Amino acid sequence: MTQAVVVQVGQCGNQVGRRFWDLALREHAAVNQKGVYDEALSSFFRNVDTRSSGDGSESHKGKICSLKARAVLIDMEEGVVNEVLQGPLRDVFDSKQLITDVSGSGNNWAVGHKLYGCQYRENIVETLRKTAEYCDCLQCFFIIHSMGGGTGSGLGTFVLNLLEDEFPEVYRFVTSVFPSGEDDVITSPYNTVLAMKELNEHADCVLPIENESLFEIVNKIHQMINSGKLGSTVKQNSLVTSSAGGAKPGQEKPFDTMNNIVANLLLNLTSSARFEGSLNMDLNEISMNLVPFPRLHYLVSSLTPLYTLADVHVPSRKLDQMFSDAFSRDHQLIQADPKHSLYLACALLLRGNVQVSDLRRNIERLKPSLHFVSWNQEGWKTGLCSVPPVGHSHSLLALSNNTCVKPTFIELKERFMKLYRKKAHLHHYLHVDGMEQSCFSEAVLSLSDLIQEYDELDVTNGGPRTDPSRLKIAV
Amino acid sequence: MSIVTVQLGQCGNQIGHEVFNAVCSDVRGTHGLCSKKENESYHEACKERFFCEEESEVPVARAVLVDMEPKVISQTLSMAARSGHWKYDERLHFCQKQGSGNNWASGYSVHGPRHKEAIMNLVQKEAEKCDRLGGFFTIMSMAGGTGSGLGAFVTQCLRDAFPNSFILNHVIWPYSTGEVIVQNYNSVLTLSHLYKSSDALLVHENDAIHKICAQLMGIKQISFRDVNQVIAHQLGSVFQPAYASEGGSQYSRNPLGDLMETLVPHPEFKILGLRNIPQMPENSLAYSTFSWPGLIKHLRQMLIANAKMEEGIDWQVRPPRPGPCSSPSHSANKPLHFNTSVANLVILRGKDVHSADLGGFRDPSLYTSWLNPQDAFNAWKTPRAFNKYEKSAALVSNSQFLLKPLDNVVGKAWNMFASKAYIHQYTKFGIEEEDFLDSFTVLEQVISSYTNL
Repeated sequence: MTQAVVVQVGQCGNQVGRRFWDLALREHAAVNQKGVYDEALSSFFRNVDTRSSGDGSESHKGKICSLKARAVLIDMEEGVVNEVLQGPLRDVFDSKQLITDVSGSGNNWAVGHKLYGCQYRENIVETLRKTAEYCDCLQCFFIIHSMGGGTGSGLGTFVLNLLEDEFPEVYRFVTSVFPSGEDDVITSPYNTVLAMKELNEHADCVLPIENESLFEIVNKIHQMINSGKLGSTVKQNSLVTSSAGGAKPGQEKPFDTMNNIVANLLLNLTSSARFEGSLNMDLNEISMNLVPFPRLHYLVSSLTPLYTLADVHVPSRKLDQMFSDAFSRDHQLIQADPKHSLYLACALLLRGNVQVSDLRRNIERLKPSLHFVSWNQEGWKTGLCSVPPVGHSHSLLALSNNTCVKPTFIELKERFMKLYRKKAHLHHYLHVDGMEQSCFSEAVLSLSDLIQEYDELDVTNGGPRTDPSRLKIAV
Repeated sequence: MSIVTVQLGQCGNQIGHEVFNAVCSDVRGTHGLCSKKENESYHEACKERFFCEEESEVPVARAVLVDMEPKVISQTLSMAARSGHWKYDERLHFCQKQGSGNNWASGYSVHGPRHKEAIMNLVQKEAEKCDRLGGFFTIMSMAGGTGSGLGAFVTQCLRDAFPNSFILNHVIWPYSTGEVIVQNYNSVLTLSHLYKSSDALLVHENDAIHKICAQLMGIKQISFRDVNQVIAHQLGSVFQPAYASEGGSQYSRNPLGDLMETLVPHPEFKILGLRNIPQMPENSLAYSTFSWPGLIKHLRQMLIANAKMEEGIDWQVRPPRPGPCSSPSHSANKPLHFNTSVANLVILRGKDVHSADLGGFRDPSLYTSWLNPQDAFNAWKTPRAFNKYEKSAALVSNSQFLLKPLDNVVGKAWNMFASKAYIHQYTKFGIEEEDFLDSFTVLEQVISSYTNL
């Protein structure tokens, strides 16, 4: 069994992270009836016997004593991290896992990346090493951050760089929250494009998320509940947005519902690696199957169902509906429509009481309406995990490597150019030691190249006009 | 002689477990429909082949379990132990923490060499427990990373370490609509490597077995467990003891050797397929009657028309008329969808088995011209019924049955290779483009050989 370490950077990263750990505990509590520290728990938690002396590097087998998250929390202002340390999850984190400062990054990528990066490099490497040492077999780092600000964006991508240098064999999955068009941070396009260059070059897989999409999903669920049609028959803890059953009942913060969706995404992504199933799908398999070319590693994700009705019996029509929803525009976690763009590859990870025949039936049904690239006509990666998420009898996570991310990137580039042409706010960045104009031009070039690659695929439909001729054997 | 089973990867371990289950429950059953003496003989022969009688109360399967991640093996070991009727030798398993990531290169070039010694040690231990080693039976899938990549490497090691033993690879052909995106690459690399070190490849196609579950077994929500149980039943019907010659008094002691001898006359033709008849849900058995002529007729047509099960057989396909056949490309004489065989083996189990007439299988027009039909066809029989079927017949055939799927897989892999997609994932671990080209060449050769039968 392998372990994963979560690195949460910046305000957004830490807020999402907080929801993740809460829901992770909830999920394991639901599955782990005997209170024994098992393999599944060890993927995200250490079991520390706090009474014994020593630095807690030995994971105590047997009964659960005190679970410590395999996490590193980084923020250049103290507000969010302090809240965590005072909240109900405080015992889950070790004070040595936190790296904080006081003044923040001022929504400035350069401050986050160059200034704080330099300053805290030693500290960060040390903390990461420690956390990695506690792991028997570390497979993956999950970085959670936002792209539009200063710390998450700048320092977050600095950490990404570090991880590649210090732990080249460990996979780097990055969950990035992209700013929407009406973001109130004026310089967010700069921060995002500068950060994207780093993601292009150093991440193994990126799961982009847009707040707008999360917001729409929250609204949709709200409408469903309040419309009176379903009303009280929805199981509260099954909502993909709910914290019910977690550590903090009731007192929800504003972004919590949206962040729960992202937390659930990460839980579902790692479910097949933690729990058993008839067709396991590990994290290294996700990277292997969904990344045909090194730079095209942006995966659009969708989670279904968004809620479960309290009726226990789910006819197979409902099951099929779950598959259809996974491909619909309003279930995607970014503003994109994969159905009308070109698929390079697609992964379906099913949890719960779903069998291979249901899977095959639905793939057959949905295939005709999806456009796959010519050299990957049956580009499906599938996984079946027997353990369903809390409150559901089954669920589906779909990850698509699809050219529908192109419009998002093109829009981002336009917003960047609007500011850059006028050199607006540039001086805030160039002030910082180590930051030069070339950083900007290289970053936008990297983004342009990426857009170009997706474009070429769209235009040529991924392949030559005719099938390449096979090798001929002399008889 | 005993067979040592090597279960590789998730698929290999899941299927291996079902095979031992099927074999064990067949032996324990009271449905033998034959004399007590016969039953005891059968029991003894089966035990010698598959199980080892150690000091424990239950028979211990002669198997080595290998996987690059622990979940499946621990599940398999505990399920076997819980059955109460047989178990695995808990020491003879090898696993690591992190799987192969569906990457053939990772399985073959990284995990293989790294763990060669440990794995071969376990195999050696299991082999030493056998009084006489009859050969190796490896179970793997082609689509993933461990079964395919590590499996190909282990097969090579087996060949090097045991140059005089038979090696039969049981290979699972993945669903054509995808289980793993890079399955075509993995399949091409696996098949080309196995072709060099293995004696024969026994192939089961997931699509075909799925259809059997849906249409013959009437299962509504088919799980991998159901698929694996059908596969296990089919394998059991071949490898359970039988008499290899008419009037033989003893159960054949060398199943793998006999199989190879009858079915693999030429090293260019190593691909074997399996058909089994009848297949039906257990609760229908009581209401069904079978006759040997009926079963044999269906089986023969399944062979000729390349049908995978007894429903939906195309009865229009007929063998070509025997006629002057002087042209070298005699395939021109044969109707396009006729399945030509190199060699066939039919195994009959059950009541009145000696009355069964297998003349239809000796028809020379079924076979390619360079083998005598007497040599090309063999039959094994036993009056002992298998797994509650009063009469059952299995056909192991070396024929063109896999030609189309093989051609498809090679075509799709080639298409993907031409666009260079995913290649960086393989070169990362040391499998270069030349290695791919070599594999394509080997398989195009195999396709060409089978096409020109």
